[in-house]
Amino acid sequence: MNPELRDLYQEVVIDHSRKPRNFRKPEGANRSAEGMNPLCGDEIKVHLKLAGDVIEEIGFEGAGCAISKASASLMTTALKSKTKAEAEALFQRVHSMLTSGQGNVRLEELGKLAALSGVWEFPARVKCASLAWHTMRSALDGAGTRVSTE
Amino acid sequence: MTALAQRSVAGAPGLDVEKVRKDFPILAQEIRGKPLVYLDSAATSQKPRAVIDAVVRYYLQDNANVHRGVHLLSERATKAYEDAREKVRQFINAAGAEEIVFVRGTTEAINLVAQTHGRARVRAGDEVLITEMEHHSDIVPWQLLCQEKDAVLRVAPIDDHGQLVLEELERMLGPRTRLLALAHVSNTLGTVNPVRRIVEIAHRQGVPVLLDGAQAAPHFPIDVRALDCDFYAFSGHKLFGPTGIGVLYGKSELLEEMPPWQGGGDMISSVTFEKTTWNKLPHKFEAGTPDIAGAIGLGAAIDYVSALGFAAVAAHEHDLLSYATEALRDLPGLRLIGTAKEKASVLSFVVGDVHPHDVGTILDQEGIAIRTGHHCTQPLMRRLGVPATARASLAFYNRREDVDALVAGLHKVQEIFR
Repeated sequence: MNPELRDLYQEVVIDHSRKPRNFRKPEGANRSAEGMNPLCGDEIKVHLKLAGDVIEEIGFEGAGCAISKASASLMTTALKSKTKAEAEALFQRVHSMLTSGQGNVRLEELGKLAALSGVWEFPARVKCASLAWHTMRSALDGAGTRVSTE
Repeated sequence: MTALAQRSVAGAPGLDVEKVRKDFPILAQEIRGKPLVYLDSAATSQKPRAVIDAVVRYYLQDNANVHRGVHLLSERATKAYEDAREKVRQFINAAGAEEIVFVRGTTEAINLVAQTHGRARVRAGDEVLITEMEHHSDIVPWQLLCQEKDAVLRVAPIDDHGQLVLEELERMLGPRTRLLALAHVSNTLGTVNPVRRIVEIAHRQGVPVLLDGAQAAPHFPIDVRALDCDFYAFSGHKLFGPTGIGVLYGKSELLEEMPPWQGGGDMISSVTFEKTTWNKLPHKFEAGTPDIAGAIGLGAAIDYVSALGFAAVAAHEHDLLSYATEALRDLPGLRLIGTAKEKASVLSFVVGDVHPHDVGTILDQEGIAIRTGHHCTQPLMRRLGVPATARASLAFYNRREDVDALVAGLHKVQEIFR
């Protein structure tokens, strides 16, 4: 396998795509948003249980490629118990990692999310990885509008 | 396997693929350090040098507007443009060149028919019949028409192999049906529909038929008079010609009675502020400066394919399709989507539970270009119960080695998603 592919399909990515975590609508969820990638047909719903400023529960449902499922799954594990501000900050760092490689993001600080660091080398796949994040942001805003990464 | 294809397996009849490949400059390149394996001809075909040269020559030597100037360049451009129309006429065996309307592509051709013939004929409560395997471009124009006219869009079903259920289709043709529109060949499944029989069935009920020939024209000769279809649409770029040019064939009596579509220059006979009279066919439907270079390129593509000979092309593609079908069937976990008896060289498939986009990315790393997604046939995907498929589509410039490379690439996919 060539190094770019190994970077893209890291074990963590394959694992989370095969066994997505928090793949459900959490009980008591009070915020939801839908996202879609019309080109791929990827569809995702992100659900949040927001208590004040804190994301108490987060889950997702939907269908998509390995990259979009793994990204959504990893996102839910990273955002549980985080505040809105922390979620926004993480969104920015992940976004930066997905679009420009490591850049000024320190991968070691991103934990398992660093498994998505190979995506930027595949421009056609960046929107797969970012779909869940944009959808989460929409849910957090409470706008509830449909997000599209096209 | 037909006798023709068996001969080609033995290497007998005349398509020298290696020689043919030299006519396609783009094929001789590496993608990510690997030889390009182009298996996406159903999306768009590659262009032989003869086509590229014809377009370049036109711009270098003959460029001028058509049907207007009295100067020599305009005369040459007009002749080249109208010669291309005559080549198209011969290619599909239309009765007259006035039945050949140049458009941007299949999509525009279908929209033209929907917006002129359709708008003039369809009334509230009438029906337009399509099929479950249609491309979005043969769904949405009819949807728009039916919405506007308060008419009903009906959809004839397919079976699990991806073949039309003819009895159902026949049953759905009724006194309110104003038009039947269907694909000659399915872009997603490769199914070749028995269109001659279908046209006969529809005509028995007095229903005109539009055939979407985008995926048929690159694979076998089209004879619109033998088919007796009322409209036939296809694109230049899938037929080894340039993008931006396509053809609408219509029976002249139908085209005559249709109102014009777009207004502008070239489509008029005379204009006053009070009243305009239309130019004669086919110019009535060609408002504005057309894609002259595109038409000339399409003419060159038709010359090229005709010189190869469709018998040789069909035999070669049939051999490739059989070879590829067997090779893919042998891959554990791989499921072919679309297993009609009559197929063009299009293979849709899914690999276990791996999403087609992941398949496409991994194959791309091997230099292999395939299409992944819904192929602009979302209702068909829903019918088949898959969100997307991977699709390898073969043209006469493909070889068995390309299929071997695909199989090797799919092994890599399975290795990564073990």
